[in-house]
Amino acid sequence: MDVNAVLDYRPLWAVLVSLAAAGLILLSDRRPNLRESWTILAAFVKAAVVYSMLPAVLSGTVFETTPFYVAKGIVLHLRVDTAGMLFAALASALWVVTSFYSIGYMRELDEKHQTGYFASFAVCLSATMGIAFAANLLTFFVFYEILTIATYPLVIHKRNEEAINSGRKYLVYTLIAGQLLLIGIVWVQLLVGNGDFQAGGFLAGKASTGVLQVIFVMMVIGTAVKAGVMPLHGWLPAAMVAPTPVSALLHAVAVVKAGAFGIVRVIGYVFGPRLLADIGVASVLAWVAAFTIIVSSLIAMNQDNLKRRLAFSTVGQLSYVVLGASLLTPLGFLGAMYHIIAHAFMKITLFFCAGALHATHHIDNVSQMRGIGRKMPFTMGAFAIGSLGIAGLPFIVGFISKWNLALGALQSGQWIFIAVLIVSAMLSTFYLVSIVYIAFFKDPPEKAQHGEQQDHHGEHNGDHHGGHGTNQGEANMAMLIPLVITAVVSLVLGVLPNAGGNFYELAAKAAQSISGGNLLGGGW
Amino acid sequence: MKELLSQYFIYWLILVLFMIGPFGMIYKKNLVKKLMAMNIMQVAVIIFFLVLGQKAGGTIPIEIHGLTGVEHYINPLPHALMLTAIVVSLSTTGVALALLLLIQRRFGTLEEDEMLRRMNQ
Amino acid sequence: MREQLPALIVIVPLLTALVTPLIAYLSAKLLRAVVTGAILVSNLSAMGALLRVLAEGPWHYRFGGWAPPWGIEYVIDPLSGGMAVLISFISLVVAVYSGPFLKEDTWLRKGIFYALYLLLTAGLLGMVVTGDAFNLYVFLEISSLAAYALIASGGEKATVAAFRYLLIGTVGASFYLLGVGYLYSVTGSLNMADLALRLQPLTESPAVMTAVLMLLVGMAIKMALFPLHGWLPDSYTYAPPPAAAFISGVMTKVSAYVLLRFFFFVFSAVSGPVPAALTVLGWAAAVGIIIGSVMAIAQSDFRRMLAYSSVAQIGYIVLGLAIGNMYGLIGAVLHILNHAVMKSCLFLVAGGVKWKTGEHTIEKYAALCRQMPLTMGAFLIAALSMVGLPPTAGFFSKWYLALGAIEAGMWPYIAVIVLSSLLNAVYFFRVIEHVYMKKAGPKPAEASGSGMELPAAMLLPIVLLGVGILVIGILNESIVTQILQYAIPGGGR
Repeated sequence: MDVNAVLDYRPLWAVLVSLAAAGLILLSDRRPNLRESWTILAAFVKAAVVYSMLPAVLSGTVFETTPFYVAKGIVLHLRVDTAGMLFAALASALWVVTSFYSIGYMRELDEKHQTGYFASFAVCLSATMGIAFAANLLTFFVFYEILTIATYPLVIHKRNEEAINSGRKYLVYTLIAGQLLLIGIVWVQLLVGNGDFQAGGFLAGKASTGVLQVIFVMMVIGTAVKAGVMPLHGWLPAAMVAPTPVSALLHAVAVVKAGAFGIVRVIGYVFGPRLLADIGVASVLAWVAAFTIIVSSLIAMNQDNLKRRLAFSTVGQLSYVVLGASLLTPLGFLGAMYHIIAHAFMKITLFFCAGALHATHHIDNVSQMRGIGRKMPFTMGAFAIGSLGIAGLPFIVGFISKWNLALGALQSGQWIFIAVLIVSAMLSTFYLVSIVYIAFFKDPPEKAQHGEQQDHHGEHNGDHHGGHGTNQGEANMAMLIPLVITAVVSLVLGVLPNAGGNFYELAAKAAQSISGGNLLGGGW
Repeated sequence: MKELLSQYFIYWLILVLFMIGPFGMIYKKNLVKKLMAMNIMQVAVIIFFLVLGQKAGGTIPIEIHGLTGVEHYINPLPHALMLTAIVVSLSTTGVALALLLLIQRRFGTLEEDEMLRRMNQ
Repeated sequence: MREQLPALIVIVPLLTALVTPLIAYLSAKLLRAVVTGAILVSNLSAMGALLRVLAEGPWHYRFGGWAPPWGIEYVIDPLSGGMAVLISFISLVVAVYSGPFLKEDTWLRKGIFYALYLLLTAGLLGMVVTGDAFNLYVFLEISSLAAYALIASGGEKATVAAFRYLLIGTVGASFYLLGVGYLYSVTGSLNMADLALRLQPLTESPAVMTAVLMLLVGMAIKMALFPLHGWLPDSYTYAPPPAAAFISGVMTKVSAYVLLRFFFFVFSAVSGPVPAALTVLGWAAAVGIIIGSVMAIAQSDFRRMLAYSSVAQIGYIVLGLAIGNMYGLIGAVLHILNHAVMKSCLFLVAGGVKWKTGEHTIEKYAALCRQMPLTMGAFLIAALSMVGLPPTAGFFSKWYLALGAIEAGMWPYIAVIVLSSLLNAVYFFRVIEHVYMKKAGPKPAEASGSGMELPAAMLLPIVLLGVGILVIGILNESIVTQILQYAIPGGGR
């Protein structure tokens, strides 16, 4: 357990950078280029701040800061430990990429309300940093709810009937979840007094088993809603009505990962594997996660709308994280946390592709995608990498986390979950890789009648504004480059899991600290 | 029974007056009558306080030469308090009557149901 | 002068009220200056007194040098000092806000409005700083009468609402007076500190029980605690916006303060009739919270929705009192502060919208974010705070209430708190949807592209209170540990 706590304000800066940017964005309403530059600037600065802390965190230093008291007796405590670093590094890196993608997407479609969009996005990332760095339960909760509120304007972005209804659904799910989480947190506060996260948990012996079980259930439901565990997942497919960059970053990475991260925190840093094994609730959670994995894949196969299919895929993939954490074994934790990274890169690639398809060709459904691979080879190539990764093909990053999850299941002696993983891999192949097949190997429908025939062969990298006519080629650069980047990263990480941000090492260290020692032992 | 009535008669009176208040306000339809009921309720409270100051064999609290000792005079404090309370009651009645005047002018009636009907048209 | 601060708090607005009509006759500008100045003096005095009290302990100020229990004294302790600062601050803010509303009125109307307003302020301030039970009754009636008149100035429906409020409010005050009478009958004293001493051996006496009952009913009526809240919706809906903002923000809270003062400082909170009374109050509050929130959902008029919301919110405060432990009381007092700021802000917004568009139905609030961005921004913060989302102030009062409820093992109260947060979300997000999302109806586009969405005198208070909600939320710890902790009686139950 790291004992080198160092007072440093960088966690606070990481949170505040995009808050400041949000304010500047609101003021730059009239000048789109200036406004977009705030987003880009904030994204780079935030990533720089976060990554500057990486080397020290890897060597065991823990940065923390307690700027002020948030309630009587509780400080707003921000601390960068390995798990937090992992999540923050992921979110900040992906925000850089998504910002460019957002700009390209919004301009291609000439969307309205862009100022509110970019400002809300900035606040969301601020909240995500807060969640990653939160060192006690109340701090975590404050940023968690801020994230809920800040994503609402993004979900209802289109302002039409469907968007408003989805927004309502989203709020119903997340606010109820928030209240349950709050009760759990209040209770823990009364039992322990200082709710600081501690690797390995701090609740052992503080209350009777029944009470601990109830608290666990409430806190897990509170976080599981955001993580899309069934049957609390209903908001996620509805939220796909949001613009695709929102779906990509928030609903594949930030919001849902915040929920999954929350579950990891609850299991690993509040209760701890030993205590959970004693009170027995974690196995129930593992089964719920397994159920989610299978059923969501089955539902995904039935979805024609591409984003909905990806949404259900996300539901299932998030439950990999939940499953890994609830196995309570060191390698299970490792797999779970690394899957946060792996899935993020793969899913964001897939969503970026979906967005590119929508913006460039107004394609929303899989049935419209016959032969599109010929027109958009790079996009669909990236999609292929993402799909194969989700299915678990070796040499793409998804395989690494799946491997560790399987080993974790072995460690816990529950072989059945390995079967779940295998079945899910097969189902993913069905519902994702089949799209790749359709895109490349099926013949396209008759040529579209509207718009002039642009005779381009190969990729077309022009910057088309006002995408009202059908573009006959690839997505514009601002969208294309990010998705290629994330796809390439997925490949690179599949071979070198530590490339870039030492993600694997961070995950391993975090798993080690939770389990209190040896990763390869049978558990604690 | 007789003692109950004679010793505590004043309290029964106060109780009756106090009950007239809410009863009148609920059941009477005329706004002025409601106001009067409210006044009666306030009077009940005033009498209650005055009763508290009474002493057996006491006279009004103005000094009579040679008669010293508190047991000869009734307690003046409740009387002073109730003067204030009477003034308060008076002001309240004044404000209420002003409001009733406005209502009468605007709606032409002081019967509650008729007034409500005209108001909601 | 420093020694007279407690007196200044009440006397300055009181005396100014008397000369206000005369000043109005002379000059309108002078009128605004004098009124604002008087309330400002009162506010600064309250702050000064509070600071001194936090440093040195409670301040007993004797009027005329007469020692209690024969003389009347003002007692400034952290609780009453804090309340005084709050009341005078809200009064100041709303007084500034009321300027544009009265601009076209005759000098007489202006003078009388401000006179009544100052009387209301003085009355409320007197209620919180006084240490004498009967004196409290006098100030109670002063403030009530001024409130009735202010509400009635809002038009014809307002007059009827004010009359009904008058009837019911006076009944409440009579109950209070009767309760004081019972207390006097067994102790012979009217001074609160003295009563506290004399009541100690008397906790089982039937007179004391009756007194508690009378006080409970009386203040419950004035607080609009369910089921005695019937006067509130109409009064808040039809009152003129400045009056509605001030009264809704402060008046019911002062009645809750009176309950707090009597039940925890005068009576013993742990023996005798008070615990039973608090239990009953707790149940009434719990039901009121739910019913108030449900009724609010059913409303189509924004102001009536806020009125029913107030019925629910006063329930939170009483719930905190009923919980009775340290966290519960901190939550209750913090919620007094929070709700005063939130509700005033919301009514100010309602008035602002009425000023700009003449509308007060929620449907007509469509697309207001374009026309009135700052106002709606403040509304958004206030709405999030009412729902109870961090980091706004409203979340923290719920946090402390929840802590208190779980610590005391009162599970129904926790359920009520959670459920009501969700119900609040329903009706506030409905308005948010209209404001930010619906398309504006075909409105004759007024050529008011010029300048600001509202006159500065109106916009500034709205924004100030909106920002204040965030500030209170973020700084709640300082408020709690430096003021509120000393304000509550040591631990309650």
